[in-house]
Amino acid sequence: MDRLPRWADVALVPLVSLILAGIIAALVLLSIGQSPVEAFRVMVDGALGSAYGWGYTLYYTTSFIFTGLAVTIAFHAGLFNIGGEGQAQLGGLGVALVALSLDWPHWTLALTAATVGAAVFGAVWAGIPAYLQAKRGSHIVITTIMFNYIAAALLVYLLVDVLRPAGQMDPASPRFPEGAKLPALNDIPVINLIFQKAVPANVTLFIALAMAVVVWAILWRTRLGYQIRAFGKSEPAARYAGINPVFIIMVSMLLSGGLAGMMSINNVMGEAERLLQNSSEGAGFIGIAVALMGRNHPIGVVLAALLFGFLYQGGAELGLWTSIPIEMRIVVQGLVILFTGALDVMVRMLLTRAFGLLRSQKLGAA
Amino acid sequence: MAENTLAIELKGISKAFGPVQANKDINIAVPKGTIHGIIGENGAGKSTLMSILYGFYRADAGQIFVGGRLTAIPDSQSAIRAGIGMVFQHFKLVQNFTVLENVILGAEDGPLLNTSLSKARKVLEGLSRDYELDVDPDALIEDLSVGHLQRVEILKALYRQADILILDEPTGVLTPDEADHLFRILKGLKDQGKTVILITHKLREIMEATDNVSVMRRGTMVATVKTAETSPERLAELMVGRKVLLEVEKKPATPGKVVLKVDDLRVRDEHKVERLKGVSFEIRAGEILGIAGVAGNGQSELLAALGGMMRATGKVTLQGTDLPLSGKGSDGQSRRRAGIAHVPEDRHHYGLILDFSAWENVAFGYFNEPEYQKNALFMDNDALRDDTRRKMEKYDVRPPDCWLPAKSFSGGNQQKIVVAREMEQNPELLLIGQPTRGVDIGAIEFIHKQIIALRDQGKAILLVSVELDEIMSMSDRIAVMFDGRLMGFRDPEETDERELGMMMAGMAGKRSGQGEAA
Repeated sequence: MDRLPRWADVALVPLVSLILAGIIAALVLLSIGQSPVEAFRVMVDGALGSAYGWGYTLYYTTSFIFTGLAVTIAFHAGLFNIGGEGQAQLGGLGVALVALSLDWPHWTLALTAATVGAAVFGAVWAGIPAYLQAKRGSHIVITTIMFNYIAAALLVYLLVDVLRPAGQMDPASPRFPEGAKLPALNDIPVINLIFQKAVPANVTLFIALAMAVVVWAILWRTRLGYQIRAFGKSEPAARYAGINPVFIIMVSMLLSGGLAGMMSINNVMGEAERLLQNSSEGAGFIGIAVALMGRNHPIGVVLAALLFGFLYQGGAELGLWTSIPIEMRIVVQGLVILFTGALDVMVRMLLTRAFGLLRSQKLGAA
Repeated sequence: MAENTLAIELKGISKAFGPVQANKDINIAVPKGTIHGIIGENGAGKSTLMSILYGFYRADAGQIFVGGRLTAIPDSQSAIRAGIGMVFQHFKLVQNFTVLENVILGAEDGPLLNTSLSKARKVLEGLSRDYELDVDPDALIEDLSVGHLQRVEILKALYRQADILILDEPTGVLTPDEADHLFRILKGLKDQGKTVILITHKLREIMEATDNVSVMRRGTMVATVKTAETSPERLAELMVGRKVLLEVEKKPATPGKVVLKVDDLRVRDEHKVERLKGVSFEIRAGEILGIAGVAGNGQSELLAALGGMMRATGKVTLQGTDLPLSGKGSDGQSRRRAGIAHVPEDRHHYGLILDFSAWENVAFGYFNEPEYQKNALFMDNDALRDDTRRKMEKYDVRPPDCWLPAKSFSGGNQQKIVVAREMEQNPELLLIGQPTRGVDIGAIEFIHKQIIALRDQGKAILLVSVELDEIMSMSDRIAVMFDGRLMGFRDPEETDERELGMMMAGMAGKRSGQGEAA
């Protein structure tokens, strides 16, 4: 019956969750004999203390925005897309095939074509589980997880036996042509006044932000989004309203897979400039946490992606400058996911009770 | 004697959920060996009060006396120990257990089941004899009818030596016959010195079965009166706080051309069980056809098939055009385009998206309407909100806030939102299921008036309800459904509850042929 004020629901709950995660992480650090204060300082300094740090943080953020949005749009249709990782890897394949297909005259053309390629490959990879769910009732959580493994195996095969240039030792595609090179933030006029050193964050960041707006508009301003959300809230009610379940499952998963695939423009085309094995490096899974923490709203997703970008970059700095083992980064991320995702309900319950007490005291005083 | 005469006494009970005061300083005294009715609209606080008495909630203030002794009831175990038993609206029975196993569940005497079972068997035999509670102790729950299930729940309470039995809306799922049987059981319990508290919103049951009645309104106890000294009109007025029309006022129907013709309609559920076994009828313009029947006899499937939610076979013609019953063109969208509006039986499950705001719900099913589109790409949410405000005003939805999520409205106002949405589309045929389920008296009156008004505009209406009173007062023609078939058609002027009740139980044959309008 009691309800939290909206500001508390949107801002206070994640904040308290984060603080709790931070406290536990600090305790873990103390227990292995490290200073949490020092660790926090290194993380903040490394990730946010310089334009150079921001260049890395924003690079990770870009990837997480895409995968977070992918989870978000499927979530609104009531579908839990765990397959962002596989879809992102297939998206990488799409990017590579497009980038290698011709000698691109200008990066804008290459970017446009690669975006389409990434989205189509990611969408197709999500489309198969979607079809199985829509037509055969195979649970999408199970199938998308399995498709992650299939994607990984498929890419190993392609990179080792098909795409690898003769004589190259590591399983990777050839380097993309010069015309397919995306400008990094330090290459863009005006912005390069801030980013003076070479950073991996690149123009894809702006595509990611644009996609956040597009996803918002689709979900809350179009008939399609209306139907997706209605279907996600109540399938029987959607049937009553004449919403076609097969259509909604297919479209929302294709959009979701497309977004996950598009992440690969950032890392494959923008950073590595060739397709490597395991190119997405778990960003597909981080997308789930990002969407959970961002409350499945594009604005929340962008903010949560920034937080995880900070954790990623800050964690890497920990490995560089302290004797804290690199695995600590995973512990911290795990705690953040645990508290903001899974234990979110607990925090909300406690806060609701606290607010209820506050309110009744006010009533008592009045 | 004085301290023994009260079975239950509640003094100054208050309970708040956040800012909502569900119970305000409630005082009630229930004499021993009586049937005490508690009535009130939805949200009046009846269920909260009984939940406090049964230990589900703790009161913020107040005292509970059981048999004259101050008793703390922190949980339902203490309530059972104090001799209070509760029969819930939704039965809490294990489907694949026998009656006997369900009765001892949670009240076993030891780790070995056999001793408990044989003891329970003896007790049950005694109880069945004393109270006309005949239930086969070895029957599986899943094989029993609803009326029997309820008796099992009563047996469960009595086995736990309940002296005070609380029944929450017990007749909602029963045929009139089964309800009569229930009241006979309750009278038997009363004669044996047990105390019964009956929560209901049906005034007729209160008048028939109770000795005293307490009326609740908005969390307060408005009055407690002797049933013999009051009248349904007076009780309704107490519940709502103003005079209400219990009888539906309507002119005789003037049926026009046939709008809907249904021929041999059959529906199978997902388990391939035939739920609708060849149903045929017609509805004319300006006519209300009421479908009476106990819940679960195919009425839901009839609405679902006509509303495009379930595939069917047979032939359905709307104003001379055949409607596809499966495949393309048989979905809800196509039905709406064809001119069929549908107020579903279960508004929480089908009619509304509870998390959506009121304005989003007003587009539900009609999101493709051109008036709600800004351009090819975007919906015109402003137009939709304006439209919602207009409908909320016309149908007196309270509060008139189109941003409020559907779940925050009361049952009656939720139903008004659905009714407004469907009726304002100006349909040729309105399917309306359980229009007043979980709706307060004030809103019932309003919704009934709207249905009659739509009829008088020359629209055809198919009304499905398990409330026989509603069917009899609203319909121009009544069809009774039993086991997926129509048992026959009756003119409401020429039939009575008894005859309809027999037909609802599957007895009585066809008298007036294939139901041409009288």
